[in-house]
Amino acid sequence: MRYFIYLIVCLWPLMAASQDWEDRRLFLGETGRKNLRVLSSTDTSFFAPIIEQYLAQNPDLNVEYVVTGTSNLDNVFRQNPDQFDVVISSAMDLQFKLANDGFSLRLDQVATPDWAQWRQSLFAFTTEPAAIVINRAAFAGETMPNSRQELIEALRARPDIFRDKLGTYDVRRSGLGYLFATQDARTSETYWRLMEVMGGLGTHLYCCSGEMIDDLAEGKIVVAYNVLGSYANARRDVADKIEIILPSDFPTTMMRSALVSKHAPQQQAAVDFLRHLISRRTRDDDQAIFQMPALNTEPNDSQQSIIALEPALLTYLDFLKRQKFIQAWEDAIIQ
Amino acid sequence: MPETIRLSMSLRNRLAISLISGAAILAILLFLGVRNFAAQIAQQSQDRVLGASVTSILDTAVIRNGMAEVDFPYASFSMLSTASDDRVFYAIYQDDRLISGYDTLAVEGGTTGTKSHYRTELLDDAVVRIATASRSLVGSELRTRITVSVAQTQDDFAETLNRISRNAAFLGIAFFLFAVSLSIWAASRTIVPLKRLATSVARRGPQDLTPVSSPVPSELAPLVSSLNKLMTRLEQSLKQSEDFIAEAAHRVRTPLATVRSYAEATLHRVDKEENRRALRSMVRAIDESSRAAGQLLDHAMITFRASNLEQHDLDLAELVRDLVLRLTPIAEMKDIELRLDLTDEVPAKGDPILLQNAIRNLIDNALKYSPSESVIEISVASKPTPSVSICDQGPGFAEDEIAVVSGRFERGRNAQGITGSGLGLTIASDVAMAHEGELKLANNPKGGACVTLSIS
Repeated sequence: MRYFIYLIVCLWPLMAASQDWEDRRLFLGETGRKNLRVLSSTDTSFFAPIIEQYLAQNPDLNVEYVVTGTSNLDNVFRQNPDQFDVVISSAMDLQFKLANDGFSLRLDQVATPDWAQWRQSLFAFTTEPAAIVINRAAFAGETMPNSRQELIEALRARPDIFRDKLGTYDVRRSGLGYLFATQDARTSETYWRLMEVMGGLGTHLYCCSGEMIDDLAEGKIVVAYNVLGSYANARRDVADKIEIILPSDFPTTMMRSALVSKHAPQQQAAVDFLRHLISRRTRDDDQAIFQMPALNTEPNDSQQSIIALEPALLTYLDFLKRQKFIQAWEDAIIQ
Repeated sequence: MPETIRLSMSLRNRLAISLISGAAILAILLFLGVRNFAAQIAQQSQDRVLGASVTSILDTAVIRNGMAEVDFPYASFSMLSTASDDRVFYAIYQDDRLISGYDTLAVEGGTTGTKSHYRTELLDDAVVRIATASRSLVGSELRTRITVSVAQTQDDFAETLNRISRNAAFLGIAFFLFAVSLSIWAASRTIVPLKRLATSVARRGPQDLTPVSSPVPSELAPLVSSLNKLMTRLEQSLKQSEDFIAEAAHRVRTPLATVRSYAEATLHRVDKEENRRALRSMVRAIDESSRAAGQLLDHAMITFRASNLEQHDLDLAELVRDLVLRLTPIAEMKDIELRLDLTDEVPAKGDPILLQNAIRNLIDNALKYSPSESVIEISVASKPTPSVSICDQGPGFAEDEIAVVSGRFERGRNAQGITGSGLGLTIASDVAMAHEGELKLANNPKGGACVTLSIS
C-alpha cells in the first residue's frame, strides 16, 4: 500500500499534466525543494547548461523543463496559467498575445534594449533567422540558390529531383511556422509563388525544425524552407550533409522570448530565472552555456528584418485573418 | 519723549505679499490650464490614432460569397505602437454577433455611422480608451452591419500627460519666481518716494520748518500737505512764543533796572546789618532776573538770526580780543584775570553778532563759576576749524552731565548759589550749530571746565 502511495506521489505530476510533451526533464538542485516549471518550445539541449548554471547558484530549487510545440504551448498555458512559472517560445505573435492579454508579470528594471522587450513583461533573448536548408548531394554541381527567387527557379529547372522531396512547416500546427509564413507573405508576393511551386511538386509538412533536419540529413527531403537556422547549425552530426542558406532577399528573423506567468506559483524564483536568462545572453564569454544565437546588438545593423515586438503581431492571430490565410496557404501547398 | 510708534505691517511687505499671492494664483491657474489643455491634446491624439485604426479595419470589410469578410492590414495595429507599449484590444461584430477579436470588449449599443465614437472604460483591470465605428454592407442577398472597436490602454497617454505636467509645473514655478522677484522689486520701487520723503524730513535741522517743496507722488500729497500745514502752524506758534518771550523780557528789563537803582540807593542809606543783607539779596535777585531777561532776548535774537544766517568774512581773533577788552572791567571787579592767548589772525565765516553773543555768554559763564584770584584762559585756533576755547579754574562739570548740560535751561549741579538762567550754553550751542560747528564741553585735568566752540 505504501509503495502504491509513493508511486502515486511520484507519478502525480506526470498524470496531472497528462500532456504529450515533446520532452520533459527535471533538473534537481542540490537541496531542491521547490519546483520551478518552465514551459518551453526550445529543445532541452539548448537550455540545459543555462538551467544547470542557474541551479548552481540557487541550489534550493528544482527546474522542471517541459517542451512542446509553439501552438500547443499557447493552448496549454492559456488553460493553466497557474501551473507554469516561465514561458519560453519562439512564436513571437503568440507570446505577444499572452503578454497583451495580461498573462505575464510586469518586471522592473530588466536591463535589455527597448526593442527587445515589450511592456517589461515580454523579453526577447535571441535573434534567429529562418533559413533555407538543403541537402548538399541534391545540389552537387549546381549553383546553390541564394534567395527565394533563385530557389523557385531551381525547383522549376529540375522538378524531377525535387518532386515529393520538399519540406516546410505545417502552419496549421506550428505557431512558429505560422509566424514565419505570415511575415513572409506580408513582405513579399514571392512567398505565394514559392508555395505554389512547392505545392505543385509535393511538399512534406512538419511540426518542428528538428524533424525537418532529420529527414533532410537522411535524404528523405532535399530542401526545407523556413527552418530555424540555429537548430540546423547546432546539428554537428549532419553538418557535412546540409547547407544552410539565409535568403538574401529578406531573411525573416524572429526573436525567442520569455515571460513570467502572472499567476506563477514560484513567482520570485521565476523572476530570478528570467533575469538570469537575460543576463546570460549579454555575456559574450558564455558561449558554452548560451548556445543559441545572441540577441543582435542593434536591430538595424544588418540586412536582417527582425520581426518587431509590436501590437501588429496580433493581426494574423485574428480569427478571420487566420482563417483566410490558412485557406490561401492550403490552396497553394496542398494541391 | 520715548518713541512709542505702534507698527503694523510695512507697506512694502503688504504690497509684495499682495503681488506674490496674485502671482501664486496665476501660476497655479497657468499650471492647471496648461495641464488641462495638454490632457485634451494628448487624448485627441490617442483618439485620432484609434480612430484611424478602426477606420482601416472597417474599410476592408466586404461581402464575398454572401459572407462578411474583414481582411485588415498589418498597419491597423502597427500604428498603435507606443513608447510605453500600451496593450491593444479589438472586437469585430457583425450585427450583434462577435466574429473576431476579444469578447471582453463589448460594443456599445446604438453606435452607428462611420464616424468613430470614443469612450473610456475599465477592461481587464486596465483603463482603456475605446474607439468604435460601424458600417453597413449591402450584398446581393445580404444586408449587414459591421461594427469595429479598438481599445488601447492609457499608459503612454499618462506618460505624456506626466511629462507635460512636469514641464507645466516648471513653467509655473519659473513664472512664480520671476513674479516674486518682480513683485519685490516693484514694491521696493513704490516706496522709494515715501522713503525719500521720510529721510528728507528726518534730516531737517531742528529749526527747519519750511514746507516740503520737492515733488511727491499724488498718493502722498494729502500727507505732505498736512505735514506742511502742521509745520507752518508750528513755526507760527514758535515765532509767537519767541516774540512773546522777547517782548516780555524787554518789558521786564527796564522796570528791573529802575528797581535795582532804588535798591542800591537804599542800601547806602541803611545801617542795620539785617536790612542791608535783605537789600543785597534783593539786588542779586534783580541781577539774576535782568540777566535772564537779557539772555532770553539774546536767545530770541539768535533763533531768528540763525534761521537766516548771514555769512561775513571776519577775524575771530579780533572779535575775541574786543570782547575780552569789554569784559575785563567786570572780571577785575571779581579779581579774575582774563588771559588771552592770541597769535595770528583767525579768518572765519559767520555772523559776527551771533558769535560775539555766544562767546560773551561763555566767558560770562566762566566768570560766574570762577573763584576769586583765578585765571580764565581764552585761546583762539584756526585749525582744524576756527575755534575758541575758554578754560576756567572753577568746579568744572560733573562727568555724567557733560552731555545734558547744554540743553536749554539746564544748569550744572555745581551751579548752586550762582546767578544764571542756564541759557548761556544753549545759546552758544545754537550758534555753533547754525554755523555747522559744535560746542564741546570738557573738564580740564588740572581742574576747572573747558568749553570749545568751533565753527566750520
